[in-house]
Amino acid sequence: MQTLFIVVILLLGFLITFQIAKASEYVSVMRGEEKSRKQNNRINAFLLLVFLIGGMIGVYYCNERLGGKILQMGSSASDHGVDVDMMMKITLIITGIVFVITQTLLFWFSYKYQASDTRKAFYFPHNNKLEVIWTVIPAIVLTVMVGFGLFYWFRITSEAPGNAMVVEVTGSQFKWEFRYPGKDKILGKKYFKEINEANNNPLGQLWDDPANHDDIYVSGEDMHLVVNKPVKLVINSKDVIHDVGLAQFRMKMDAVPGTPTSIWFTPTKTTLQMKKEMNDPEFVYEISCDQMCGKGHFSMRGTIVVETQEEFDRWMVAKKPKYYAAFPEKDPDAMKAKADTVKTIAAVMPQKK
Amino acid sequence: MSNEAIMHGHANVISHDDVHHDEHHAHHHQSFITKYIFSQDHKTIGKQFLITGIIWGVIGGLFSVLFRLQLGFPDQTFPILETFFGHWAKGGVIQPEFYYALVTIHGTVLVFFVLTAGLSGTFANLLIPLQIGARDMASPFLNMLSYWFFFIASVIMFASLFVHTGPAAGGWTIYPPLSALHEAGDGSKIGMDLWLISMALFIVSSLLGGLNYITTILNMRTKGMSMTRMPLTMWAILFTAILGVLSFPVLLSGAILLLFDRNLGTSFYLSDIVVNGHILPNEGGSAILFQHLFWFLGHPEVYIILLPAMGMVSEILSVNSRKPIFGYMAMIGSLFAICILAFLVWAHHMFVTGLNPFLGSVFVLLTLLIAVPSAIKVFNWLTTLWKGNIRFTPGMLFAIGFVSLFISGGLTGLFLGNSTIDIHLHDTKFVVAHFHIVMGVASMFGMFAGIYHWFPKMFGRYLNNTLGYIHFWVTIIGAYLIFWPMHYEGLAGVPRRYLDLRGWHNFNKFDDLNKMITIVSMIVFAMQLMFIFNFFYSIFKGRKVRTQNPWGSNTLEWTTPINPGHGNWVGEIPEVHRWAYDYSKDGRDFIPQTEPIGADESKDH
Repeated sequence: MQTLFIVVILLLGFLITFQIAKASEYVSVMRGEEKSRKQNNRINAFLLLVFLIGGMIGVYYCNERLGGKILQMGSSASDHGVDVDMMMKITLIITGIVFVITQTLLFWFSYKYQASDTRKAFYFPHNNKLEVIWTVIPAIVLTVMVGFGLFYWFRITSEAPGNAMVVEVTGSQFKWEFRYPGKDKILGKKYFKEINEANNNPLGQLWDDPANHDDIYVSGEDMHLVVNKPVKLVINSKDVIHDVGLAQFRMKMDAVPGTPTSIWFTPTKTTLQMKKEMNDPEFVYEISCDQMCGKGHFSMRGTIVVETQEEFDRWMVAKKPKYYAAFPEKDPDAMKAKADTVKTIAAVMPQKK
Repeated sequence: MSNEAIMHGHANVISHDDVHHDEHHAHHHQSFITKYIFSQDHKTIGKQFLITGIIWGVIGGLFSVLFRLQLGFPDQTFPILETFFGHWAKGGVIQPEFYYALVTIHGTVLVFFVLTAGLSGTFANLLIPLQIGARDMASPFLNMLSYWFFFIASVIMFASLFVHTGPAAGGWTIYPPLSALHEAGDGSKIGMDLWLISMALFIVSSLLGGLNYITTILNMRTKGMSMTRMPLTMWAILFTAILGVLSFPVLLSGAILLLFDRNLGTSFYLSDIVVNGHILPNEGGSAILFQHLFWFLGHPEVYIILLPAMGMVSEILSVNSRKPIFGYMAMIGSLFAICILAFLVWAHHMFVTGLNPFLGSVFVLLTLLIAVPSAIKVFNWLTTLWKGNIRFTPGMLFAIGFVSLFISGGLTGLFLGNSTIDIHLHDTKFVVAHFHIVMGVASMFGMFAGIYHWFPKMFGRYLNNTLGYIHFWVTIIGAYLIFWPMHYEGLAGVPRRYLDLRGWHNFNKFDDLNKMITIVSMIVFAMQLMFIFNFFYSIFKGRKVRTQNPWGSNTLEWTTPINPGHGNWVGEIPEVHRWAYDYSKDGRDFIPQTEPIGADESKDH
């Protein structure tokens, strides 16, 4: 019913506007086309000026309204993020100035030089000096922007420092899985044809590579990172292209099947700190998939906890390598448990005896 | 050989005698089919492109309204949607597969069918022979084929909307492996094959058209029409056609390899894939290869869309300011620079694909370089307005709107082209806002400007002026309301192609904004429907054009009869004596190109 109502209103609005437009044409024919043309010209010239002023107020209002909701400059939670924010600030200032100048000139000229019987247009086909000026100035400004941009870019894309911890991220429709290299700090080799969820090998680890034996597999929970410790993410995909988007760290990298990629950064604020800083007790670092990956794309979410080294160690120590899930008989704990059981039994047995 | 000879096959009968020429035309008893359907008249073909483009515009626009409905009101149900779309909108809620199909087809048809075929197809066909002084295209037959290939491509794309598993749904960029694997989703099934076939045919259409445009402009200019006397529309269309001819074949190859990967078991783009628990045998392919092939067209495509709009805007600004376009040679130079650079920046779409950082830095440099010719164009347009005597026809308003949008969208390009910032903004709503303003809406404005300006030439009638003004004001205000605040979502990191933000702690704070955008986009869409109504109504009932040259314009198309027949000029094709921009020279309002240089005329051109 409501829908029908809206449709009827739209149709009526449509008809009325059209009738007015048609009538205005007849009126203009009766009043003399030249006269109504001049009137239209004045109205539209005035509206262009109004649009300029209204638009600039709108730009200001929009920033007042939404400026607080975006990631504030300086609020980034990684070292690279600070660089990105800085570059953004430089670009914003330069483009902001150009925006205001050019839009103002455009609408102001339109208003000021509206047709009038008394004015003659100025025949001005070219002027080399002017053209050189507005070729050279943008070129210089852009050189500055490219210079800053590449300086930061090379810093961000440089090799990860040697002390960086490594975490492997694997995307698939529509979830994230993580792997930590364990004590040997080496991620074991993988081959996609070994992937077998049922058989405790979701990533396709090659078990004959000893480096795999201590790798910790984490899925369905937060990725844990250590504050102020550089981290290198090695990024993989099992099926289609995904993308590890880390808005608070200002980092992003595609996950491409068959071609591992990597990024590194240093988280500078723990989750706890961010909660306080953002005044948001629910705050959580999120991993968003930023590359269209199918129907669940919009819900492919992961979460990250940034914490102190002690907290991280406490978390990590409770984790077991996937290797032992695949080969329970190799698990020293299980062996010990077994041994314990045997011992217990052995201890109990004699009593029973 | 003159065009007349080509057209009539017996030049000697008609070359001297005007009267005879007329009679000769009358002898052509054209049936409805040869006149309006399988027509070889460039003007009719232009109109065919335009009307097909309008139909696609309505479909693409409607799709955007539908997915905006989901974005603005994710928690509401619209039972009417289920009535129309059945299981795609089960319970009145747009399903994710449906949402992604909508955005994919919206992007595809707007970029290719509306802003490539509908824009350059229309105005290249309509304007090239009229503005350079030719009777028709170099090959009217190929020209006709160009339209009909487009038509078949359209039919196939349209058919794909009705297959059971739906049309392609991997985004308009159709990145494999998502688009290559049938198992990756419904949108990667038969709909994807149809998409690829349709695009292949579309590319054929575009090549046939493009080659024709280039040949015609280079070879068939009338006497005296040197290259540097051509209006800027012609230069823009020439560069557009060159871009298309050199880049579309690359997309064709990319699409064909993708078809092979999909159906013949090849591994061009596939490697190391386990989809739905199913281990695929493919190894050694590169998913990124496709992106290189795609963007090698994809980026020039942006300029294929934008350049014709720039050309028309230059012409319309100059005519209605009653001033020559400022810096004609610089305008050509900047078009040329954009055309060259367009081929050298494609990887700026791929900064976060794991591209070598050094390679990335080269593309940053080349990308930001494009800002220089763009800046030259903007300043030249501004100077064209300066000290003019400006008439605000609806066409002129849209041209001014184009410049405003081009500035706004161009400046945000400086954020995205800089790889450092792109790391954060890549694939967010910022990108959506950026390219919609600079490429989508701006080119649309160029197209509207062209339609309002040349409608009298196309149909011998005017569009309703008042509706034109309403159309302009609602559209420009709406466009800024929709896309300006969208940048903020992107700055907050909200990814594009998310149909529901409620599951995200850091993104779920733009409810009001999304509602506002949705409502405005519906109003803007309704306004476009009104424009289309105006368009068709005015074809039959519009105010009649009574003077040959209603805008007081210098260019050749206004020397033809009000309703030119096939062949355009009655009698000899006029000779050209000067450039197209002698407005307000020596105290005269305008001096048509056909007028010889006077003895006491001042020197410039």
